[in-house]
Amino acid sequence: MSLDHADVKKIAHLARVDVSDEQMESIAKDLSNILGLVEQMSAVDTEGVVPMAHPLHMAQRLRSDEVTETDARELFQSIAPQTEEGLYLVPKVIE
Amino acid sequence: MQWETVIGLEIHAQLATKSKIFSGASTAYGAEPNTQACNVDLGMPGVLPVLNREAVCMAVKFGVAIGAKVAPRSVFARKNYFYPDLPKGYQISQMELPIVGVGKLTINLGDGESKVIGITRAHLEEDAGKSLHEDFHGMTGIDLNRAGTPLLEIVSEPDMSSAVEAVAYAKKIHALVRYIEICDGNMAEGSFRCDANVSVRPKGQEKLGTRAELKNLNSFRFLEKAINLEVERQIDIIESGGKVAQETRLYDADRNETRSMRSKEEANDYRYFPDPDLLPVELDDAFIDAIRETLPELPDEKRQRFEADYVLSQQDAVVLTASRELADYYEAVVATAQTDPKIAANWVSGELAAALNKEAVDVVNSPVTAELLAGLLKRIADQTISGKIAKQVFEAMWQGEGDADAVIEAKGLKQITDSGAIEKLVDDVVTTNPKQAEQYRSGKDKLFGFFVGQVMKETKGKANPQQVNELLKKRLAQD
Repeated sequence: MSLDHADVKKIAHLARVDVSDEQMESIAKDLSNILGLVEQMSAVDTEGVVPMAHPLHMAQRLRSDEVTETDARELFQSIAPQTEEGLYLVPKVIE
Repeated sequence: MQWETVIGLEIHAQLATKSKIFSGASTAYGAEPNTQACNVDLGMPGVLPVLNREAVCMAVKFGVAIGAKVAPRSVFARKNYFYPDLPKGYQISQMELPIVGVGKLTINLGDGESKVIGITRAHLEEDAGKSLHEDFHGMTGIDLNRAGTPLLEIVSEPDMSSAVEAVAYAKKIHALVRYIEICDGNMAEGSFRCDANVSVRPKGQEKLGTRAELKNLNSFRFLEKAINLEVERQIDIIESGGKVAQETRLYDADRNETRSMRSKEEANDYRYFPDPDLLPVELDDAFIDAIRETLPELPDEKRQRFEADYVLSQQDAVVLTASRELADYYEAVVATAQTDPKIAANWVSGELAAALNKEAVDVVNSPVTAELLAGLLKRIADQTISGKIAKQVFEAMWQGEGDADAVIEAKGLKQITDSGAIEKLVDDVVTTNPKQAEQYRSGKDKLFGFFVGQVMKETKGKANPQQVNELLKKRLAQD
């Protein structure tokens, strides 16, 4: 399976990554190669193999339900471009 | 043409944990903006999520309550999209391996009718923050206190075929999550949110029509209204030769209409993949069984017990078991009053429910406690007061004027059962209204009510109605 420029453009947009026209060809090729590798792996018989969700053979540890964080708004907002009344301000989101 | 409606619901229940699903920040509602958003919730570089045990337990509790298979192994995945109230650029959710698998729920539709609704799955995920679009010099304000609050998303099968069924299902889930104490169910604060997938198809057709997803349904009434509106809209489109678009529509309660949100064709490409920051969640049978042990009596079990033990109709039992608190209240009334459980049911689901509703008071904070109501029912049972006067006493108790006996005493509401006294009043009323008496005797039966009214007026409603009826009949039979 190979990706054309329109596919790359769409993927780049979804990831909010800027891809210039000059890069387009090589990125399309690289991504297509990755898909080729995946295709090759699809040929392997995986009957009875549990899909791997994580490379570590361990289960998730659980923490107890306790509030351990204190308010650090001032610290966090000291690096925010713009705040007001405790809110982070961002360019208007149009719905 | 005959149309058939197909509805599936997605319900987001905020889990009632103290801390967030992946961080130790508080989930308390109503705090100052961004004071409960820690570095994990903000998606700062280098932080790692650590799963809250209680959130897992609550999801499992829901699973066993609906008889679903709880997954021995479930996996968290990243759902990728960009929105300012989602700092990481992805929401941690579950995709292929949700914690709760297929289950079912029986809904009651009144008149003893019921229907089984399939539940496809329920999965754990984190909530996003809140965007405030009010005026901040043309900018949007972001509050991330809610970001990372644990949610259980409960997805139904498209098994409902009317707005009424959808509401019955949503109410049943609402009752259930509150019974098992995993969600406070507060719809106004957004702890319990419903999205409805609605489509129509010609009756008898197998293939589903194109669906629209309705959002912003923050009350059961809005859920019902929005579905009915949407069904009408879709039928109109198809009947006039058009095509329903697959889209997300917002319900506007002020205008009572649904309208299209931005088309989600592109936003729907979420590119899920397993979250490398989280390991699979593995639960053994002992863990799940231990949680099953903690289940209280569930709404259906309680309803059936109420129908059997108190000889109530299904409808009465459904109303009384809608919340655990109301059911407890009712049982306390019956146990204390030792009177007819049906009369107690009428008072709890009638007078009491209306007063609670009107004043927006929760039953646990009712000024008329179960004990007070039981005291009132006793006085009706021993004929100290009539049912009509009892409403007056209830009102006074609600205003904090003491218990039933005190109110009856203070207001002099004791029923007049002295037949001598009533007989005298009856006699007075008949002799002072000779014309009406004459007309009654010549066949104008309706005038009987007039005489009853006169006697009641004289006694301010306190005369025993049965005695008044009897004595009046007797007196009017004489000339």
